[in-house]
Amino acid sequence: MERIPILKMGDCLLVSIQVDMHDRLAMQLQDDLTTRIAETAARGVLIDISSLEMVDSFIGRMLGNIAAMSRVLDAQTVVVGMRPAVAITLVELGMSLPGVRTALNVEKGMELLATSMGAAAAGDGADGIAVD
Amino acid sequence: MVLLSTDQLPLTADEHIVIVRQSVRHRAVELGFSLVDQTKIVTAASELARNTIQHGGGGAALIEVVNDGVRRGLRLTFEDHGPGIADIALAMKDGYTTAGGLGLGLSGAKRLSNEFSITSTPGQGTRVVITRWKS
Amino acid sequence: MADTRSTQLADVIRSDEAAILADWLSLQIGGAASRRDLIGEPELKQQCADLLAALRNAAAESDRFDAGSRVWQPVRDVLAHVTESRARHGFSPSETATFVFSLKQPLFAVLQRRIADREALAREVWTMTALLDQLGLFTTEVHQKSRDSVIRRQQQEMLELSTPVVTLWNGILALPLIGTLDSARTQVVMESLLQRIVDSGASIAILDITGVPTVDTLVAQHLLKTVAAARLMGADCIISGIRPQIAQTIVHLGVDLNTVTTKATLADAFAIALRRAGLSVTKSPA
Repeated sequence: MERIPILKMGDCLLVSIQVDMHDRLAMQLQDDLTTRIAETAARGVLIDISSLEMVDSFIGRMLGNIAAMSRVLDAQTVVVGMRPAVAITLVELGMSLPGVRTALNVEKGMELLATSMGAAAAGDGADGIAVD
Repeated sequence: MVLLSTDQLPLTADEHIVIVRQSVRHRAVELGFSLVDQTKIVTAASELARNTIQHGGGGAALIEVVNDGVRRGLRLTFEDHGPGIADIALAMKDGYTTAGGLGLGLSGAKRLSNEFSITSTPGQGTRVVITRWKS
Repeated sequence: MADTRSTQLADVIRSDEAAILADWLSLQIGGAASRRDLIGEPELKQQCADLLAALRNAAAESDRFDAGSRVWQPVRDVLAHVTESRARHGFSPSETATFVFSLKQPLFAVLQRRIADREALAREVWTMTALLDQLGLFTTEVHQKSRDSVIRRQQQEMLELSTPVVTLWNGILALPLIGTLDSARTQVVMESLLQRIVDSGASIAILDITGVPTVDTLVAQHLLKTVAAARLMGADCIISGIRPQIAQTIVHLGVDLNTVTTKATLADAFAIALRRAGLSVTKSPA
């Protein structure tokens, strides 16, 4: 079965969803991402949905799950490129994607990721845990 | 009401949801729906198609281009012969979750459509019909 | 009835096409309904020639002179094209229909010359007349639809013009809403704001409702939906220009603005936006 490719860039993982995903592919992405985060000890995940013409409640929940699971694995997630028509529809659908940080595009997404990764790291230090 | 075209698609497997989405998108584009309206009906179709498979045990989707004399529209029917819904009002409440979560799908599809109707008989099945008119 | 097995019309047109065209043309140019101000002779000649050729072809293939059937689609296409062009140039629906009807006379003249048998002639003339009647009516429908779409386009343009999106600063947009917000307008406004956010990469948008006289539940909900959609995309919204009366209405309606930043004036909202963007305005010594 085809899988959505996950790219590694520094300590971030990049995913660009370009296809109309069927549910199983979405679940596979969820699994693959969590596996890769753990494997690579990635600190950030950027999901580019600028090619998605539609996000329904299933995909919305998937994005929420990815954000939550990543956080548990100590990684920050940012979703970028949501199209206006998709945003309007999601609001009408009643989905607010809690816990999912968003940015307009990849560039802003990486900035946001860097900031939140920095904040998370600073948080570790403030707990009194020695950072080498 | 004049029927201008009909497509019937099976809903028994995961992949069928994508096919339904694409067919609905195709018809919506043909009808000249705005981008937002296209997205709304495709999303509603996705929700209802999934319900049919996950809660209805599988069924079929009917995609009809209709004309009520004044305007043209897209009418989608999702039908299954599954367990049915005992309490429709409850099922339509936002955020209502059975094992699996029907809530958002039904009420969401309703909000995304111009017309919405649901009939269900426990033990016999469910039928949901939504329509979006070209504005 | 329009149904007939005769195919003589096609032959008749073919054999006398030039004469029919000339006749038809002079009828229109010389007639009281001539609109030299709206259409030039060469263009008129082209329209006539195209229609006559399409008619000839369809008549040759058709055994049922029903202008709505598939065989006559090319004729309808030619007519639709001619009608839309004429509508744009200012022809009235009647004038365009008359363009079609005026073909009856030249065709009748040729049919009379070519067909000796009285019954056959009567049949052919009836068929031809009924056909051209249908086609004339068809142009009226096309004309109507074409006018409708012009009106719709103009309405859309008016809507867009009356809801400008302004770039206050790099990354900060403002949408000053003026006048009554009805459901349709608010939707257009919402969509164009969101598109501008994407196009400009602005992360902050200020919705200013100073110029909006009344806010009812529907309008309030639309505003909130716009804010929610912008946030989903990754941009923040601030609502400004909330007059005391509107503040009261909003509270009375029970609308929850807890998740949105609201300010009384656009200036205050701009100040907040600058701060959020990490910018500040400083006074430099003169």
